[in-house]
Parts: sequence; structure tokens; C-alpha cells
Amino acid sequence: MNLQAWVARHAQTFVGSLGRIVQYPVAALMTMAVIGVALALPLLLSVLLQNSRTATAEWSQAFDISVYVDRKPGAARAQALAHQLRSRTDVAAARVITADEALLRFRDASGFDNALDALLDNPLPDTVVVTPTLSASTPQGTALLKNAIAAMPGVLTVQIDAGWVERLTAMLAILHRIIWLTGALLSLGVVLVVANTIRLDILNRRAEIEVLKLVGATDGFARRPFLYSGVWYGLGGGLLAVFLVAIAVAVLTRPIERLAALYGSPLRLRGLGFGWDLVVLAAAIGLGWAGSWVAASWHIRAIDPK
Amino acid sequence: MIRFEQVHKRYPNGREALAGLSFAVEDGEMAFLTGHSGAGKSSILKLIALIERPTRGQVFVGDQNTAGIKPRGIPQFRRQLGVVFQDHKLLLDRPVADNVALPLIVAGTPTREIDKRVRAALDQVGLLGKEKSKPLELSAGEQQRVGIARAIVGKPKLLIADEPTGNLDPDLALDTMRLFKRFNEVGVTVVIATHDVHLIDQFGARRIVLGEGRLAGPSTAAA
Repeated sequence: MNLQAWVARHAQTFVGSLGRIVQYPVAALMTMAVIGVALALPLLLSVLLQNSRTATAEWSQAFDISVYVDRKPGAARAQALAHQLRSRTDVAAARVITADEALLRFRDASGFDNALDALLDNPLPDTVVVTPTLSASTPQGTALLKNAIAAMPGVLTVQIDAGWVERLTAMLAILHRIIWLTGALLSLGVVLVVANTIRLDILNRRAEIEVLKLVGATDGFARRPFLYSGVWYGLGGGLLAVFLVAIAVAVLTRPIERLAALYGSPLRLRGLGFGWDLVVLAAAIGLGWAGSWVAASWHIRAIDPK
Repeated sequence: MIRFEQVHKRYPNGREALAGLSFAVEDGEMAFLTGHSGAGKSSILKLIALIERPTRGQVFVGDQNTAGIKPRGIPQFRRQLGVVFQDHKLLLDRPVADNVALPLIVAGTPTREIDKRVRAALDQVGLLGKEKSKPLELSAGEQQRVGIARAIVGKPKLLIADEPTGNLDPDLALDTMRLFKRFNEVGVTVVIATHDVHLIDQFGARRIVLGEGRLAGPSTAAA
């Protein structure tokens, strides 16, 4: 078989299989809709997850580390410590709040003026407020920095209130796995749906396949139009999935951004993006092909002319 | 071209269609397989086309022992064969030209070559100009000739036909048989299963008479 004939035949089969789908649009659209919905669900979840991660990355950034410094040798120690910390690669800034400043603020904020006046001495320590760099703003990075600071001389206590960010990150990690599992199961579902559609298609065209085999068609030849049908189903379902996710993102954008604004975050909800759209389409086509391959290999081999 | 050696064929339902049948058809010969229905005519053709396999014994087609052809090799084997079916086995949703082109398409013949050979085959069966018709728009005789055109479009050396005149009136049946005769005259080996004894009396071709799955009486060339 020469190459030109081969290419021509494939092109013909490819277009021909589309023609068949167009002939029975309702059945084909139903199959595509099932694929689209099945793929859209995990995709939408992963879009939301991705946005949550972006948001929490911003939040953990906002967590400074408060370092309380033993005040006895004077405020100079806090200054020296701040200076030392600024030279670290994982520290973006280190700001000193002296015990006196802290007392003033506390007095303003708390209204315990009289009680504080009764104190002979300032009970507060000097404080260095350390802001980690962006790259060190991970749970692990902050923990590392915290331990390093705690080991420095003159440091009384190191405090981060990032515990809940860590818990959130842990939950997002679980959600990430759940999305993958859902995606895997639903992908398997897509394969089975396509396989079943193609199986019915093959049974409907049993007589035709028999004739093809009688005139010398290989199983591969008889299988080809069904494989292309699977590709079309996958493409249609993939397009629908991308479309559904885009709609869902559009619907969710305003309420989510309002929620984020309440937390003081300038979060902008981001959709799949063009690159991922293409990945989704390719994956959907692959699943459609796989489903049709399973059904076609199985059922066409079983058809024997009588 | 065809040789059966002690061929038995028993179907899964227990029916014994062939019981130790031996015969041969030479290259370039034209032969009629006759006998009452159930005598094993169809089984012979199915064994030749590898639609069925013998239970025992050996079937040779074109010097090839068919027992040595694995399932993978069957498509290639069938492409060397022209088969005409009693029920035509046409694709009713495709035009005549597509039906005739089928054996060439599955064999991967270039498109330009296909068009040429389809027209030549249709010309030989007298259906030139009907390329675009659908099979159901044609008469029974014309449908049968589409089936014949499909069988010969691949230029096979062996043409087999199962009751090709079964559904035709006597005049059409005679025309169809003459058509087969013409292919035989240009060197194609032709084997036709038919119960229509009156019809084959008009042809000076060999008869292989079957009964109960074996040869019944001498297989002779009819006068």
C-alpha cells in the first residue's frame, strides 16, 4: 500500500466517521455531553484548588515571625540581632520594636494606663519582627527559619501564628489527591462510556463489517472508522468540558473575589488557561481513542462472516 | 486450483455437511457444484473462502494448503478470491461504485486506480452509468451484477459463487451464467454452486454432483 493511498484513505475515514456522527447527532451529543460533564468536574475542582494555593501562598507570606529578645544588656542586642538576621538569605526584612515602643503601643491600645503606670519597670521584651522572603514563605521554610532564630543567643521566644496556614495547606494536599483520584475514576468512566457507545455502533453495523471481512479487510481496517469516531467523541467531550469550566469560573469569579477581599487578599480567580485547555483536549481525545480501541478490538474480532 | 482431500465438515450443532469429500478443480476450469439443498454446496464454498474450516481433511486453494493460513493471513488470502453471494451482501447505504470499490479499498489501492477499475468492472457486467445509484434502486438482477462486479474488480484468478441465480427469473439467470462463462473464457477459474439443473444443462461445463456430503455419481463434463 503506498503512502499517498494510505494518507488519502485515513483522511477519508476520518471525515467519514464525522459524517456518521452528524447523521445521528442526538446520540453523539449525548455521549459527548457525558464525557464533557465527567471531565469538567475534576477540572473545575483543580482550578479552584490551584487558586486556593495561590491565595494561601500570599497569606503565609503575610506571616511575620516575632522574636522576643532578652532585654537585660540593652536595646543594642535587639539591633545586633536584627542586623544579623537581615544578612540571611531567607529573610526579607527585620524590624526592631523596642520595649519602650511596645509599651507605648500597648498603653494606647489597651487603655490600662493606670495599671501600667503602677509598674516600676517595663515588663516587655525587645522585639524583632522578621519577614521571611517569598521563597522561604512555605511552612517548611518558616519552620526552618524559626528554629535557626531560636538557637541564636539572647532570644527568648520565637512566635509564628502560621499553624492554621499549615493545617490549610495539609487539607489542600488531601484535596489535591482527592481531585486526582476523582479525575482518574471519571477518566475511566469516559473510556467505558465511549467503549459502550462504540460497541452499540459496531453491533448496528455488524452486516457491513461482515462484508468488509469477506472482501479481505483486516480487523485493523474494519476498526479504523470506529477509532476515529472515538476521537471525535473525545474531541467533542473535551471542548464541552473546557467550555463548562470556563462558564463555572465566570459564575464563581465575583463571589470568590468578594470573599478574598474580605480577607484582604487581592485574589483574582484564574481559569484553566489556553495551554491547559489544549492539554484537556488532547487528554479527552486520548480517552475517546482508548475507549473505542477497547470496544473495537474486542467486538470486531468477534464478528465472523457466516 | 482447488483440491479437497477427504474433507469432513461437522458443524457445532452436530450436522455433518461434508463426509470425506475429495475432488479437484483445475486452473482455468469452470465447474458447477450441484445437489439438493443440504448436500454441502455452501459448505464447500465457505471452506474455500476460509469462512469455515474443515473438521478433518485438507483443502488446497491455488496450491496453498489452507490449513497453514492463520487468522492473520485470512484477509490477504480473501483478496485473491472473488466471491458472489446469493444474498449479494451489498452495503445498502452506499452507492454502487463504493460497493464495487470495497475490495480495492481494503487492499489499499490508490484512489485513481480504483476509479478506473471500478468503471471497468461495471462495464463488464453492463452497469456502467449506475455508479451513483444505491443498491435498492436497482432490480434484483442488477444487484446481483453489482455483486459480481465487486467479485471481479480485484482481478481474481478464482471466482466462486453461491446460488448466484437463486433469486432471478430464467432469462436473467441465463444472462448471469453467460457472464460467468465470459470470465471463465479469459482464464478465470469459476466454481458455481447451484441447484438449477435446467440452467446448467445449457452450459458445457463440468458438474460436481453432491449428495449427503460426498460425491454422488461421476463428476463429468456435461455435453
